[in-house]
Amino acid sequence: MQQQAVRSGTIETTYREAVRAAIRDAIKRDERVFLMGEDVGRYGGCYAVTKGLLAELGPERIRDTPLSESGFTGAGIGAAMAGMRPIVELMTVNFSLLALDQILNNAATVRHMSGNQFGVPLVIRMATGAGRQLAAQHSHSLEGWYAHIAGIKVLAPATLEDARGMLWTAIEDPDPVLIFENVMLYNMSGKLAADAGPVDIDKAAVRRPGRDISLITYGGSLWKTLEAAATLAAENIEAEVIDLRSLRPLDDATIMTSVAKTRRAVVVDEGWRSGSLAAEVGMRIVEQVFWALDAPIGRVCSEEVPVPYPSHLENATIPQPAKIVAAAKAALGGR
Amino acid sequence: MTAPADKPRLSREHMLDLLKQMIRIRHFEDKCYELYTQEKIRGFMHLYDGEEAIAVGIIPVLEKRDRIVSAYREHGHALVRGVPMTKVMAEMYGKQEGCSRGRGGSMHLFDRATNFYGGNAIVGGGLPLAVGLALADHMQGGDLVIACFFGDGAVAEGEFHESLNLAALWGLPVLFVCENNLYAMGTALALSESETDIQRKAACYRIAAEAVDGMDVVAVEAAARRAVHAVRESRKPYFLECRTYRLRAHSMFDAQLYRDKAEIETWRPKEPIIRFQGWLQSNHMIHPEEVARIEAEADAEVEQAVAFAEAGTWEPVEQLTRFVYADRSVPAGR
Repeated sequence: MQQQAVRSGTIETTYREAVRAAIRDAIKRDERVFLMGEDVGRYGGCYAVTKGLLAELGPERIRDTPLSESGFTGAGIGAAMAGMRPIVELMTVNFSLLALDQILNNAATVRHMSGNQFGVPLVIRMATGAGRQLAAQHSHSLEGWYAHIAGIKVLAPATLEDARGMLWTAIEDPDPVLIFENVMLYNMSGKLAADAGPVDIDKAAVRRPGRDISLITYGGSLWKTLEAAATLAAENIEAEVIDLRSLRPLDDATIMTSVAKTRRAVVVDEGWRSGSLAAEVGMRIVEQVFWALDAPIGRVCSEEVPVPYPSHLENATIPQPAKIVAAAKAALGGR
Repeated sequence: MTAPADKPRLSREHMLDLLKQMIRIRHFEDKCYELYTQEKIRGFMHLYDGEEAIAVGIIPVLEKRDRIVSAYREHGHALVRGVPMTKVMAEMYGKQEGCSRGRGGSMHLFDRATNFYGGNAIVGGGLPLAVGLALADHMQGGDLVIACFFGDGAVAEGEFHESLNLAALWGLPVLFVCENNLYAMGTALALSESETDIQRKAACYRIAAEAVDGMDVVAVEAAARRAVHAVRESRKPYFLECRTYRLRAHSMFDAQLYRDKAEIETWRPKEPIIRFQGWLQSNHMIHPEEVARIEAEADAEVEQAVAFAEAGTWEPVEQLTRFVYADRSVPAGR
């Protein structure tokens, strides 16, 4: 849905390289765009996303910052209000909490609170998610929590196309957009159209069509959900997999169309279960297509613990294909 | 040869204007206090009583194209900057004719026309914003000065230190103005700061700094001329601590249990309007009838502002969710 017909062939690339290409492209395309964050320049980015960009684009546009999350996020907000188009990189979602005051109290409020006199066309990128044994202060998935905030938009690119294409659309958006990149996706490789470009940022996508159940997910969990869907298919269960892509606003229409068809739904979300994005999606289904449902809505979320360091415990904390398969079967009445 | 940019203009006309601006703020806020007791104004409201010399001494030294960020005790800054009193009063009422469509109230006055980037009610929250406004100017090759007003309470926030460091590190044209009224809400400076000589903190970030008697409008203006000139020429930050005192309560909900009435009384004779007026009179620069005229003009302006606010309208509830995000069919500020 997002990609133009491929004319100039495809390239083999990674999610990391796709994000890097998007940053490079945006900075070259628009003189108002610059990137700032911790270790984005000389170090090349904590996850090597921005490696090489400093040499290519210079220190004004690839700006290393002190460890002052609130300070440089606020500076991004001010610069955006004054006509620039900053991209702020926060190393991980856990560190973004140090900038939460600026994100919520300034970026999200200024347009409404000022009576539309000022807007904040700012993009904030950050890594999210568990799986690299980084323990309880580097592994959480708080994007659903950010999706609670009125005044910002929240994106979760899960594919190479979205990693490459969402950034430019977000930069052109007149309001603050947060982009969450799941750490387990950076090494993901695959084919991408050589001329891949901007994609929409307000529609969910059907990543696998099916008739028996809707599996609704986003970000790093998309690939686990697709794996689960393949397992289910081997047992003659055709699951439809929805990639939310945008967590705020949510594309209700795509979700409801799918659930109205399959009549069953499981939401897969790497955030904690209580007060989760999965809860929001589930409630919307209840509000809008309750009478179409044949079974209670299921959820596969993270266990309600701080993410632990050992690999076996970390894996047990976050959604895994086997759990998704089990939840889908439960929703299908133990088929 | 032109006069050095940092010398105050001591013409009689200018002196009268300084007095007039301070009286405007005082009379506006006296009226706000009255309107608050009548429940025309609600929410939190923080008055500037005693601190007027700071806004009046600094803001007219800035140019129209310069940018201002303020905190939540910002009625004075907005009025001196030229946000019409009518629109400020309508904002106090919450009417849609207010400078922020009535959505911000006392603590969130915004005005694009005068580059007034808002009252920020998270202590310290405006400083990073000012750094960003300055960063944009730096990257755009401009020559603006970004004036950022905050209180002594902000000095304890991490954002204060992050912002001073960033501004100095990147060479950004921010004039940091600390309005030190000795209390962070009800906590005395000595109870919250290990170093109470606030301007000294700027030296840690290699930022030029000075402290000035913030209740002496002529001294504030002289310091502001030095400061604004320094920022404009050097493209580096500058730190100005204005030492002052808040004669009224922190907000309308404050019983002032944390300070003695006697302490307030020792400060009252130092307050900027009486002091400046007395100085002008003893130097034969003003006649009592001129003071009376200035006061009458201020009262008339306040009266007009109240009438404007009273006649103002409530934003229709149907528009509640408008401008949470940009409405691309409506021309926005940006």
